[in-house]
Amino acid sequence: MKIIYPLLFILIACFFLGPMFLAFVASITPASEFYDYTRIFPSKLTFEHINKLLFTLGGLKALIVSIEVALISIGISFALGIPAGYAIARYTFRGKDGIKLAMLFTRSLPLIVVAVSLVTVYMRLNLTDTALGVALAHAAMILPFVVIFTSSIFSSTFIEYEEAGMVFGLTRFGAFLRISLPLALPGLAASAIYGFIMSWNETFAASILSIQNRTLPAHILATAMASPDYFKYAMATVMAIPALIFIFIIRKYLISIWGISLK
Amino acid sequence: MNALAKIITKNVRKFFGDVKALDGVTITIEEGSFVVLLGPSGCGKTTLMRCISGLEELTDGEIYFDDKEISKLQPKDRNVAMVFQSYAVWPHMKVRENIAYPLKLKKFSKEDIEQKVIWAADLLNISELLNRYPSQLSGGQRQRVAVARAIVHRPEVLLMDEPLSNLDALLRVKMRSELKKLHEQLKVTTIYVTHDQVEAMTMGDKIAVMNSGRIIQYGTPEEIYKKPATAFVAGFIGSPQMNFFRCDVVEENGQQYAKSEHIKLKMPTRINNRSVIVGIRPENILLEKPKDQDSISLEASVYFTERLMPETILHLDIGNEGRITVKTPNDLALPEGKTIEVFVPTELLHFFDTETEERIL
Repeated sequence: MKIIYPLLFILIACFFLGPMFLAFVASITPASEFYDYTRIFPSKLTFEHINKLLFTLGGLKALIVSIEVALISIGISFALGIPAGYAIARYTFRGKDGIKLAMLFTRSLPLIVVAVSLVTVYMRLNLTDTALGVALAHAAMILPFVVIFTSSIFSSTFIEYEEAGMVFGLTRFGAFLRISLPLALPGLAASAIYGFIMSWNETFAASILSIQNRTLPAHILATAMASPDYFKYAMATVMAIPALIFIFIIRKYLISIWGISLK
Repeated sequence: MNALAKIITKNVRKFFGDVKALDGVTITIEEGSFVVLLGPSGCGKTTLMRCISGLEELTDGEIYFDDKEISKLQPKDRNVAMVFQSYAVWPHMKVRENIAYPLKLKKFSKEDIEQKVIWAADLLNISELLNRYPSQLSGGQRQRVAVARAIVHRPEVLLMDEPLSNLDALLRVKMRSELKKLHEQLKVTTIYVTHDQVEAMTMGDKIAVMNSGRIIQYGTPEEIYKKPATAFVAGFIGSPQMNFFRCDVVEENGQQYAKSEHIKLKMPTRINNRSVIVGIRPENILLEKPKDQDSISLEASVYFTERLMPETILHLDIGNEGRITVKTPNDLALPEGKTIEVFVPTELLHFFDTETEERIL
């Protein structure tokens, strides 16, 4: 057992990290050595592909749009989702379980189906090809998660903390603002980053709802087919690194926002 | 500055959906007194406290602090303070900030806050903990912080919800006397919720015994122990529990007796009941015949002995009457199955109605 477990972990880690590592290596391999089958590792490393992708091929602009879209969609889904999550955590009301179930059902509707009909609505509203348009679609995707996450965060913060606040001089809203919100902050930050990654990785809706102002994945999808392979790997690297960093930062909160305790 | 409030509740009722938590509670708590709400879990004692604090809205009835009706006010406008069972010391604030927060919300000046925080911290011996976070404190220390936070702004009413139940036994005994001393110093009107009768007896100026959403008896610890209003109160107060016997009331030669198979007791006065519940506390049953008071004797066989050192609790079988417990102050080793004679002094008996379970004599 002492040997089997570490071995198993190494095997699983290789399975997931291997392709990523190879993609990363490929993205910094000089073009001249890329198709040389005699070597696995390049003789020197270059950031030429990544540079070109970002600065010549419009990658940076798409990256900025991506961040813009992600921030707006987080803003919208938090403004609506935190009060909803709080209400589900703290109050009992009619249809509460139904609402929670309906939240999960939104996942059974593929975003691409929604996106097509959204285009017609957006055309009328002049929202096509804007960051706000894509962000609205992403907010619809993120919102149910924010509600479920925040309700689990708020139900794990003692209601007595708030009640103490109310007894000692706060209004109900004040107690939420001064006591529960600060206590929920780590969890909320984690769900924000989770939402960021969902928006960051979303391709279909972004491709359909925008033409000029594309998010990074939509931009890559549109241009990748015509690019040499090492550019594809450079794109993969640019896409993966922010997501990896974020996941690494929030890994311990990911457990808590799903309502599982490791204690 | 240190105003004390008299608390009056009038016919307070509280429903949670269809569940009746409080069923018409009327009680007057004198200013400056220490009143314990005592009862089994689910009896409504915590709900009553939460109604007084404003954390629960009343379904019906009124609550007054002095002459001012406060039933409709928000908790923050009632000038109450509360010590929670889980302490509810805010984990994102240092001890100093926790204690200062009620003052800050009441818009005290900076110097005032500083001074009062030091006063409260001194009073509870937590001065050296002021710069720590609650997660760095032990349960007992957190408890002290919660109490300091509750008294720092000199509230009119202090509410404590089973504050000692999460402490270990030794600390509980220590805190019991400290809280009582603190009350003697501050004289703030205090309501203390507990299910622990030792806490109630030792701390309360008065005890309100509650059951199923109602106050069954409200009186001094002595009254409640010596003259329990119902069989429920009699059984709830005292450890081990009071012994009860169901007896018929029979008349022989113009004298009423409470009689069962093995027991025959002279009734001290005439009553109209045809049957009664007779109660006798384990500590009132004697193993030697008392010289200066009337008693009846019972034959019993030893079922089990608990030697607590130095006192002993005997569980005895009396025929078909069931089992009784006897508490003696001495250490006693009696073999199981041995037949002994015990003596019940007649003047220490309690009589309750079989239907209403209310005290008759």
